[in-house]
Amino acid sequence: MDNRYSKNKKMISQQEQEMLKNSRVCVVGCGGLGGYVLELLARLGVGQLTAVDGDRFDQTNLNRQLLSLESNLGEYKAVAAKKRIEDVNSEIDVDIIIEFLNEENAEEILLGHDLIIDALDSINTRRIVQEKAKALSIPFIHGAIAGWYGQVCTIMPGDDSLDYLYKSDVNHGEEKKLGNPSYTPALVASIEVSEATKVLLDKGELIRNEVLYVDLLEGEFHKLPLKK
Amino acid sequence: MEITVKFFATLREGRGKITTYVTEDSVTTKDILDYYEINVEDVSILYVNGLDAALDKKLEHGDIVSIFPPVGGG
Repeated sequence: MDNRYSKNKKMISQQEQEMLKNSRVCVVGCGGLGGYVLELLARLGVGQLTAVDGDRFDQTNLNRQLLSLESNLGEYKAVAAKKRIEDVNSEIDVDIIIEFLNEENAEEILLGHDLIIDALDSINTRRIVQEKAKALSIPFIHGAIAGWYGQVCTIMPGDDSLDYLYKSDVNHGEEKKLGNPSYTPALVASIEVSEATKVLLDKGELIRNEVLYVDLLEGEFHKLPLKK
Repeated sequence: MEITVKFFATLREGRGKITTYVTEDSVTTKDILDYYEINVEDVSILYVNGLDAALDKKLEHGDIVSIFPPVGGG
């Protein structure tokens, strides 16, 4: 399809489009954030995608997860992700891993990627990804949501930004009390993919060693430094 | 001395956005959390004057403490 990326061309040159095509990105989680992240990467033209999730869809996912449909309840989220990506952009190679990432399988899953995107719902698993991404020298885009609130930052190997964001040993945040609506994952996923684009194309200013903290209830966007 | 305390996101519920803590005693960031009944596990980012601060950091007159709750969903 010659015209697929014609509307990208003012901001993404043909050479850059080729760079995206040759990039390999791992999206850990195919739920609220992951569904949007994968959709946006597929439409952007990132050529090799890995979608990781061991979970299946249930009714509670329908309020916010793009890949979740009445017709696919019970289906593995990673399988639905592959179907959707192939429908959107058949030029993309999609690998799926129907497992939850953990300490044992993390290195094998993440190895060989140019970039990792956080679409997880567990702070402990995020810590594992940060550690493995650092050991493998892979940039890691962090995103998380809780009700009206969200946060995004880009973590280059060694930044250890999660250490500033999650001080105590808790595995969950305010989302356990608030839940998540339809729009917060879409917003945070969009910012994560814009960060991913900049990392892959080496352009623009990254949200690095700082975090973008979003409060949609009060209409506030705060950029906060993550250094002592 | 006076310490400005800023609350963010869900921590504003019942506390407002900003307040002033007045004391004649020596206080740490942990004392501030205790005074406003905020559990340590309900805090992610904790700043004094815009920089990451430890729980035992001693506060001075005019300091601004900012407290954000953790966000962990996906």
